[in-house]
Parts: sequence; C-alpha cells; structure tokens
Amino acid sequence: MKVTFKIWRQEGPNDKGAIRAYEVDGLTEDMSFLEALDHLNELLVLKDEKVIAFEYDCREGICGQCGVFINGRAHGPHDHMTTCQLHMRSFKEGDTIVVEPWRAASFPVIKDLIVDRSAFDRIIEQGAFISAKTGTAPEANAIPIPKAVSDRAMDAAACIGCGACVATCKNSSAALFTSAKINHLNGLPQGRAEEHKRVAEMTYQMEIEGFGSCTFTGACEVECPEGISIINIAEMNARVTKAKVLG
Amino acid sequence: MKLDAKIPEGKLEDKWRNYQIKSQLINPANKKKLNVIVVGSGLSGAGAAATLAELGYDVKCFCYQDSARRAHSVAAQGGINAAKNYQHDGDSVWRMFYDTLKGGDFRSREANTYRLAELSAPLIDHYVQQGVPFAREYGGTLVNRSFGGVQVQRTFYARGQTGQQLLMAAYSQLYKMVRAKKVEMFPRSEMLDLVVIDGKAKGIIVRDLVTGELKRHAADAVILATGGYSRVFRLSTLAIGCNGSALWKAHKKGALFGAPSFTQIHPTALPQSSEAQSKLTLMSESLRNDGRIWVPNQKEDARKANTIPEEERDYYLERRYPSFGNLAPRDIASRAAKERIDAGYGVGRLKNAVYLDFKHAIEKFGLETIKDRYGNLFKMYKKITGIDAYQEPMQISPAAHFSMGGLWVDYELMTTIPGLYAVGECNFSDHGANRLGANSLLQASVDGYFILPNTINNYLADEMKSDHPTIDHPEFDKAVEEVKSNIDRILAINGTKTVDHFHRELGKVMWQECAMSRNKAGLEKAISQIKEIRDAFWSDVKVTGDSNELNTELEKALRLADFIELGILMCTDALERDESCGAHFREEFQTEDGEAVRVDADYSYVSAWEYDNGDFKLHKEALEFEFVKPSVRSYK
Ligand SMILES: Cc1cc2nc3c(=O)[nH]c(=O)nc-3n(C[C@H](O)[C@H](O)[C@H](O)COP(=O)(O)OP(=O)(O)OC[C@H]3O[C@@H](n4cnc5c(N)ncnc54)[C@H](O)[C@@H]3O)c2cc1C
Ligand code: SF4
Ligand code: FES
Repeated sequence: MKVTFKIWRQEGPNDKGAIRAYEVDGLTEDMSFLEALDHLNELLVLKDEKVIAFEYDCREGICGQCGVFINGRAHGPHDHMTTCQLHMRSFKEGDTIVVEPWRAASFPVIKDLIVDRSAFDRIIEQGAFISAKTGTAPEANAIPIPKAVSDRAMDAAACIGCGACVATCKNSSAALFTSAKINHLNGLPQGRAEEHKRVAEMTYQMEIEGFGSCTFTGACEVECPEGISIINIAEMNARVTKAKVLG
Repeated sequence: MKLDAKIPEGKLEDKWRNYQIKSQLINPANKKKLNVIVVGSGLSGAGAAATLAELGYDVKCFCYQDSARRAHSVAAQGGINAAKNYQHDGDSVWRMFYDTLKGGDFRSREANTYRLAELSAPLIDHYVQQGVPFAREYGGTLVNRSFGGVQVQRTFYARGQTGQQLLMAAYSQLYKMVRAKKVEMFPRSEMLDLVVIDGKAKGIIVRDLVTGELKRHAADAVILATGGYSRVFRLSTLAIGCNGSALWKAHKKGALFGAPSFTQIHPTALPQSSEAQSKLTLMSESLRNDGRIWVPNQKEDARKANTIPEEERDYYLERRYPSFGNLAPRDIASRAAKERIDAGYGVGRLKNAVYLDFKHAIEKFGLETIKDRYGNLFKMYKKITGIDAYQEPMQISPAAHFSMGGLWVDYELMTTIPGLYAVGECNFSDHGANRLGANSLLQASVDGYFILPNTINNYLADEMKSDHPTIDHPEFDKAVEEVKSNIDRILAINGTKTVDHFHRELGKVMWQECAMSRNKAGLEKAISQIKEIRDAFWSDVKVTGDSNELNTELEKALRLADFIELGILMCTDALERDESCGAHFREEFQTEDGEAVRVDADYSYVSAWEYDNGDFKLHKEALEFEFVKPSVRSYK
C-alpha cells in the first residue's frame, strides 16, 4: 500500500512550521496508523533526516498520550477512537493523509506533532481529588453506592486526558475534560464534602489556562475516544451555579 | 555477599506488626528536612510519592511521559485482588497467601507474600475512599469476580479499566500533594543514571526529554518505581516507552538483580499480524471467566469457527485441567496454547492463535449481561481487528506481559545499595516464578502506599545524622560525564541500520529462546546471538538528530542499549536454573505429559545477580518454608 503523508514539521515552539509531503510505500492494511509513521521514520533515518516527533505510549487507546489531526479530524476518520487505534485499512491506496498537531492556544506545539498539555494537569491540581490521607479509610462496604450512581461516576471517570475535545472545539474549550472529572468525583458520596470548592477552583483554573468557553456545538463528544457525553457539561454548569449559591 | 532479607521474627501473621513496632520513627519536624526521589508515577510511584509527601517528606517525582497519568498502570484492565471475603466463599488472608505462593511455584518468600495478602483489604478501602468507581451490586455493595489460579471470587474491578481508575486515584492524590508544594513533579524526564556516594544512593541523573539537558537531582533516598521490562521482547503488552534502563543503571552501580528471567507470558493477547507490529494488545484475563478456549481437533482446519461442530472442538484447558479449566494460571494456559499451536492446530491467518469463545456464555446469561461485563473489551477487539466477537469467537495468542524478576529487595523493599529502594513491578518480591492475575496492581499499590512509607524511616532516621548530599559532589560530575559520553558515542556511530531493526532482532531471539519454553542449547545460542546484536548495534546503528533537542530516536536507542545487556542476563539466569518452575519452563525438566518438574533440593533459592564488568556473578537467597510445605503445583 502506498500513500502520501503531508505532515506538519516544526523544529520548536518558536519555529513557524510547515507541511511537508512524504510518499510512503510498503505499508499494509494491518498496520496501525502509528506503525505507518514508525515505518516512515525508519526511512527518514536511513536518508539521514531527523525523524518526525509524535507521541504515543500504550498504543491501545487508554493512556491518552497519542493524538493528532488526521485529514482535519481529531484522532482520524472514525468516531470515538484514539489515533493509536486507527489502522491503515481505513485508508485507500494512493490516499493523501494530512497530519497536524492539536491546535489550541493552551496546547502550544513543542515539536512537529507534539504539544504541551500540561494545562490539564494544572486543572487536576485544583481540586480533582478527595483530600483524605493514606491510612484513614473506612471499610469499603460501609458506604453503599447504588449501581446506577457508581456506573454514572465510571462513565465520567473514563476520560483518558487526550485533549481531542479541546483540539476539535472551535473555542478550544476544556469543558468536556473538566466536567467529566468534576462529575466523577462530585457524583460519589466520598467526593461530596469538597464538591463546591472543587467546582469553583477547577473551572477557575480552566479560565486561567486560556481555554475558551463552551457554546454547546457537541463536536467534542463525537471525537472523544471514550464517548464522554456533553450532558456532563450541562451538569457542570448547574454545579457552578450551585457552588456560587452554596459554596 | 551475604543476602539478608531482614525477615522479622514471629508467627507469619505477626511479622509485619513486629516489624513496625521495632522500626525507627522520625518526628514530623525532621521529616521536612529529608528529600526523597521517586522515579516513576505508576501505582507504586505515585502511591509512594503522595503518601511520603503526606507524611511530611520533600518529594521529587519523575516520569518519562508528558503526564504522570499515563504510566502504564493505566492499561491494566481486569482487576485487583483483595481478601475481603465479601462473597462469603471461604476466602481469607491465609488462602490468598497460599494461592499466591503456590501460584508463584514456591519461589517467593513466605513473609512477603503473606504481607501482600494481609494489606490487600485495607487497600480496597483506600481506593474506594479516593473515589474509584468499582463495580457495584444494585444494593450498593462491591462486586467480585474470579481470576486465574484461584477458586474464590476476590477480584475487584472498574469495568475493563481497573488500572486506569486506580491510577487516576493515585495521580489525583499525587497532584493534591503537588498543590500542597510537597511534591515537585518532573514529567518528560528520563532517569539515565544513579548516583552513589560512599556506597549509598544519593541522587540521579535525568535527561530532560524536551531540551535534552542532563540534570542532577540529589536526595537522602532514591526509590525506583519504573515498572516492567518486558519490552526486551519488543512485542509485548507493555507501552512502547517502558524500559529497563533505570534498573539496569542501578544494577551496574551495584544493585543485585533478582530472578531476571522470570517473565510472564500472558495467554490472551491479540496475535501478531505483521512484521511491522509494534505492540501486542492484551485482552483481559477476566474474559476467561465466561469465555471458553478451544482449537479445532483437526489440523489446519480451514472452516469458519462457527461452522465447526461441538464434537470437533478441543477445549484443551478443560480437558487437561478439569478442576481449573479455562481459569488455569497464565503460565499453564500460555504453554498449553503454544503446545497446540506448535502441533499445528493454531487458527487465524498466520495459524498463530486459538479461539476464545463466548457463544455458551451468551446463551446462558444473555447478550446484555455479557455486554455489561465485558462491553468495552469487545469494543476494543472490534476497533483493532474489525471483528464482532459477539458473533464469532475472538482469536488470541500468548504475549510477553509481566516481569516477575527485578531488583532484589529485602523485606523493607531496599535493594543491595543502601538508600535505594525498588517498588512495584520493577522489584523481585512477591510473585515468585509466576504472578497470579490481579495481584500486581495490588503489589504495586501496597508497596507504594503501605509498605515503603513504613520502612523508609528505618533508614532515613540514621541518615538524618549525616550531611545532605549536594549536586556538586564529584560523583555527580562523574555520572553526568558517563551519560554524556554514552549519548555521544551512540550519535557518532552513524551506521546503516535503525534502532528498531536491532530491537526486532533482539526480540526474535528473546521470544524464541527465553520465553514460554527454554532449553540449554537454545539459551547458549541466544547469549552468543545477543552479543552479536550488541556488537552490531554499537558499530552500525544510525540515530539522526542531536542530543540537545527532543529526539525520540535517541531515546529509543538508549533504552535498547540497556535492553540488549539485560537480555544477556535474562538468558544467563534461565540457563543457570536447571529446573522448571512457574513461568520458567526448561524443556529438559518436564513430566511425560508435559508438566513442570521443580527441583527443590537444588533450586529453592532466589537468584540474585551481581554485575561484574560485563559479566555476572550469582548470589543465592535460600528460600525457607517455615509455615507451608511446598507441594507439586497441580491444577488438574
Ligand atoms: C496490558 C496490561 C494489563 C494488565 N492488567 C492487570 C490486571 O488486570 N491486574 C493486575 O493486577 N495487573 C495487571 N497488569 C500489571 C500491572 O498493571 C503492572 O504490573 C503495574 O501497574 C505496574 O505498576 P508500576 O507502578 O510498577 O509501574 P508503571 O505503572 O509501569 O509505572 C512506571 C513509571 O515509571 C516511569 N519510568 C519508567 N522508566 C523510567 C525512567 N528511566 N526514568 C523516569 N521514569 C521512568 C514511567 O514514566 C512510569 O511513570 C497489567 C499489565 C499490562 C501491561
Ligand atoms: S473528554 Fe474525551 S476527548 Fe476530552 S480529554 Fe477526555 S477522553 Fe479526551
Ligand atoms: S498511545 Fe495510549 S492512547 Fe494512544
């Protein structure tokens, strides 16, 4: 299988960057998209060129480290999938595949396809935890949590922190990411004690980091590998109001 | 060297308490003056860093990914064990201890294994308190399921994403302490050397993966929590960046390496489909609760799986191991699959797989129940293979998965270098020659949260009296120089082959000779082949780009250089052990029907290897069984 990759190359944060084209042959349908890039990188090394910097770790859709725009879509042509789960069978012989980094002011490019998502860690730092120390826990079954409640918390907790929601949003909003975390913790009895503080501080941090505000286009939900629902955002907004009144 | 495991006195159930009573304490005001380095942010690293910070120590934590949340603990699917006996099915700490010891084929310490079981129940309490949404019954209590090698239900899980949920809890707790300014977090930082001053671990050298700068960090103690090294096989269920480098550097500086060749091959991964493949995806062991494993009983059967009638199927695990059936332990299930595949009964395009079938479970429990239990695993299977496993059986195959081996540690989790600790998958401690499913999230967590924070004080209490190390000590200069010259040497080779080329070569040798079954001639051949790969690597590898920039190719090369040396040690260890035990199956030592033959009279010890100028010297820690009698491990 032969395709043409058009890939964003950028030496560093201050470099302007540009798209470069690479014709690549010898690919197979079984290869994952990232394996095709590995293959291209091996060819580049042998031609004495610098490799394309791109990110990944688990390569099974759970660590959230991979993530690029492929032909204008976050994580490629399918809904609810990470870049590492994409296979070359989704493309045709002779296709041109445009690959770019996440585009968002709060995710500056470090090099080529790699961006800095540390803003997400700083949002987590502002209250996405339960302030109980190791060694202080009561018996696990002491507080029953109905299955439905626990399942809902799990739905929200499934976020892998990939940043596709931000990258795909025209306002570069981090509302899906932030709301998922808030609803996971605030939905559980253990998280209740700090619920208002958590909402206020995490959403404040979201603004400080320069993420835009949400205008409910729903684009994020489609690209989210975990299918985190935008209902989470509505729920977060309600919690913000509640926190203002009660917090 | 005399290896002292420092096992506390007393009855098995009193040992941990006896240890704590005698261990030295440090008052909170003094803890503030002590610095601790934690390398790794997985369950063991994040758990240790957060808890040590809560106790008052000043902590620096490092990981190579862009965020602590991506440590490979995140990928664990199936679950975590605990002796809660919530199912009222006869479980107890003793039973869990015994299952683990037997599962490891009596090649781990009784005292460590017992402590693992003992601390399992409070760990579940801890995670629930931290907000882990474990699976629940309608009434609100916690649910359990079974994993391989046991007959009770003691596994807790959060859908098929248990590791992710536990890691999110650990990462949150870690960031709570970052906010409290008690932990400083260094992502995108790779440890490339350990600094030892006057025989004690006092710091590390890390490469900033963005700028390429080599940075020095000094501390009163160093904790390695760098996870497993099964990427030595290249194709494995581990993340691409998982490495053995931190361990290897510590080993070269004097830390003994325990049982390096004990590697778990997981029976249910997706089969390799091409030469270019970079990793093998695991399908959780939990699937074996309801899935049945089989191959056609005719060789090279070309029919579609669903058209093969029941009587022409060989449910070989149920046939060979009737009492455990599809839930036979991993080493046994993997070897049984290999046996069928090698004998020509493999299925799939490359005939390298066996079937995992849910037909009967769907008939019995209904589609909805199966979806509820394993929905996301089936989804994942479909994404990768394009196949709907509700309609036809999955195809699965064994893959390298977990390192039981690791740095040798004593009961306090200290290596043979004073002040250097190893926690989580990177140590050799509780699993012996084979780890039971769902026991390693447990071990990583218990090491980090409960054990290390209670043992490190015993060392640091004395260290308080000596001066704090500083980064301008000559040993730091020396270590930086060594790292720098290693990097320069690699960049200067400018040969004709890529790093991946050499990794594929290494992987092939390791998989062929040092995986599911091993023999003397093969291992000897492997050692000389790996030495050839090493020489070829150092004369013909090509790495482009520079050292003072983000350079993923250089990162890979540095990791591979260490893997190559580690591979030699693994084969050396496997060659030395003239017996079969757990995952270590030496073909020369088997019964007529292919079961392992353990040789307790000669090999009831933990091998602990010392690095000796490119060679390795064996030390032995004899295993004494005071409380249980090692029996023949049977799952028939
Ligand atoms: C696919 C898969 C599924 C699994 N499923 C289960 C399961 O269901 N139940 C179970 O009990 N166990 C399971 N395991 C095993 C279990 O997940 C691991 O053993 C455990 O999570 C290891 O935790 P850890 O803290 O030791 O290491 P990890 O979580 O791997 O963390 C290693 C850390 O070290 C850092 N690091 C590594 N090298 C360096 C370096 N040189 N410099 C700086 N930092 C470095 C990394 O950045 C990372 O932060 C599974 C394993 C895999 C691979
Ligand atoms: S909400 Fe979805 S898209 Fe956004 S970071 Fe989480 S997993 Fe990624
Ligand atoms: S590499 Fe981990 S989610 Fe893609």
